[in-house]
Amino acid sequence: MSQTFERHPEHPDIVTVNMGPSHPATHGVLRLVLQLDGERVVKAVPHLGYLHRGMEKIAENRTYLQFIPYTDRMDYLSPLAANVGFALAVEELLGVRVPPRCEFIRIICNELARIGSHQLWLGTHALDLGAATVFFHTFKDREWHYDLVEDLCGARLTTSFTRVGGVAYDVTPEWLGRLREFVDAMPGRVDEYEHLLTNNTIWLKRTQGVGKLSPEDAVAFGMTGPGLRATGVDHDLRRARPYLGYENFEFDVPTGTEGDIYDRYLVRLEEMRQSVRILDQAIRNIPDGPVNVDDPKIFLPPKQEVLTSMEELIHQFMIVTEGFECPAGEVYHSTEVPKGELGFYIISTGGRSPYRLRIRSPSFNNLFALPHLVEGGLVADVIANIASLDPVMGEVDR
Amino acid sequence: MADGRQAIERIRERFPDALTGTGSYRDQHWAELPADRLVEVCRWLRDDPEMRFDFLIDVTAVHWPGEPQPMELVYHLHSYSRNDRLRLKVRTAERGPVPTVSGVWRTADWNERETYDMFGIEFEGHPDLRRILMPDDYTDFPLRKEFPLYRG
Repeated sequence: MSQTFERHPEHPDIVTVNMGPSHPATHGVLRLVLQLDGERVVKAVPHLGYLHRGMEKIAENRTYLQFIPYTDRMDYLSPLAANVGFALAVEELLGVRVPPRCEFIRIICNELARIGSHQLWLGTHALDLGAATVFFHTFKDREWHYDLVEDLCGARLTTSFTRVGGVAYDVTPEWLGRLREFVDAMPGRVDEYEHLLTNNTIWLKRTQGVGKLSPEDAVAFGMTGPGLRATGVDHDLRRARPYLGYENFEFDVPTGTEGDIYDRYLVRLEEMRQSVRILDQAIRNIPDGPVNVDDPKIFLPPKQEVLTSMEELIHQFMIVTEGFECPAGEVYHSTEVPKGELGFYIISTGGRSPYRLRIRSPSFNNLFALPHLVEGGLVADVIANIASLDPVMGEVDR
Repeated sequence: MADGRQAIERIRERFPDALTGTGSYRDQHWAELPADRLVEVCRWLRDDPEMRFDFLIDVTAVHWPGEPQPMELVYHLHSYSRNDRLRLKVRTAERGPVPTVSGVWRTADWNERETYDMFGIEFEGHPDLRRILMPDDYTDFPLRKEFPLYRG
């Protein structure tokens, strides 16, 4: 453990300062050891692992269904998106495709999660740079998003909403009506965030030209998500490698040109608008029909039938106590979550738990670019850069 | 999508002696390479105009205890221009070593550190091979199979 404050033995002007892991602007338990020459950052070394819970190891001791609650606790700002990503990976391994209604519900989950995650990012990012007003606007609206999530699955954060082969609950017409109100109101709300920041002189001075990344560097650093698109690389897994029927939805993939903090801001704002567009189409076109796959070996039977029918009771018992058998094989499946590419690499040797589960988290890889972004800059811009990368330490450390 | 199938055919043509095995599941294809040819093949995969695997998605490992080469390193590649994916696998001894690919894709730096941290595999030529998630003074490698899943 290095010291919290020490002078360089040969260059007394250079001091080493510890930032985090308990610092309000590091967005969780990120620790940076900064070498500073006055206000200039000479070197920045991130230290990770303060939230490491060994999820990949835990997965080897859990059935596939039992691992879903762990996915809530990776990116805890958009648990629904991680739920969907994991369920899709296991379904790929099994060779199962969920019914169309379920795909629509999962797309709604994904986009709702994206809006909620970006609202938190914007509020805290602006707060870090001294624009406290934005925080109140986005958090008020984020509470609305949380009300919808809560009505959908009974929880705000620990959603655990997907199942392998479906989702926990169907959506009701009333809930879709409430979602419609949200969808109708959000474009105006995003405009309001924009009015507060997009032409705000202080905001422009703090973000334009700061934390610049070239497209070549972004690719080399393994950056994905809004940070990559802000550099001009037009890549979004929802369009490049569609899943859940995203190819049938109309939406744009916003990209930037400068790759600076301001472009990352613009890209995420536009992503909120595009998510609203997708939600709008999903509400209009959601088909009727079953929500879950009709396979009693992998999907839990309806509770009412468990209480009245012997066979359903046995299926319920087997899935809950032992889990279902997966064939031997290995798949890598990735989805575009709010932070970038979230991938699950599952190796099964047959049996009821994965032999190995690898989680490729976008925040971990995005954070790798941080020293490159902050070195040579001002110490105040370190905070702006961290916020603009939008890392979630639950997902970085897993 | 038949990810990686064509790329593997091209590796077979270009490096006939470096391809030690192939496999696929659910139309995701992988190529097995010997450790000493890894960097050479990776550099070609990144730079060849027909390959252009410019993005290293992930590096990780799998432990298969009892086998002569128990550590299996897995690299996931993506090509932005061709929208193709490829999985590479390299077998090695319990502690490695395996040459680093951080000179080919910088993002390998942290991913290889994590693989070292969790499996104890040494990456030759890595610029900064330290633990990343576990504390510096930790002595075990949690994702190895001999590391207990629970205290029984």
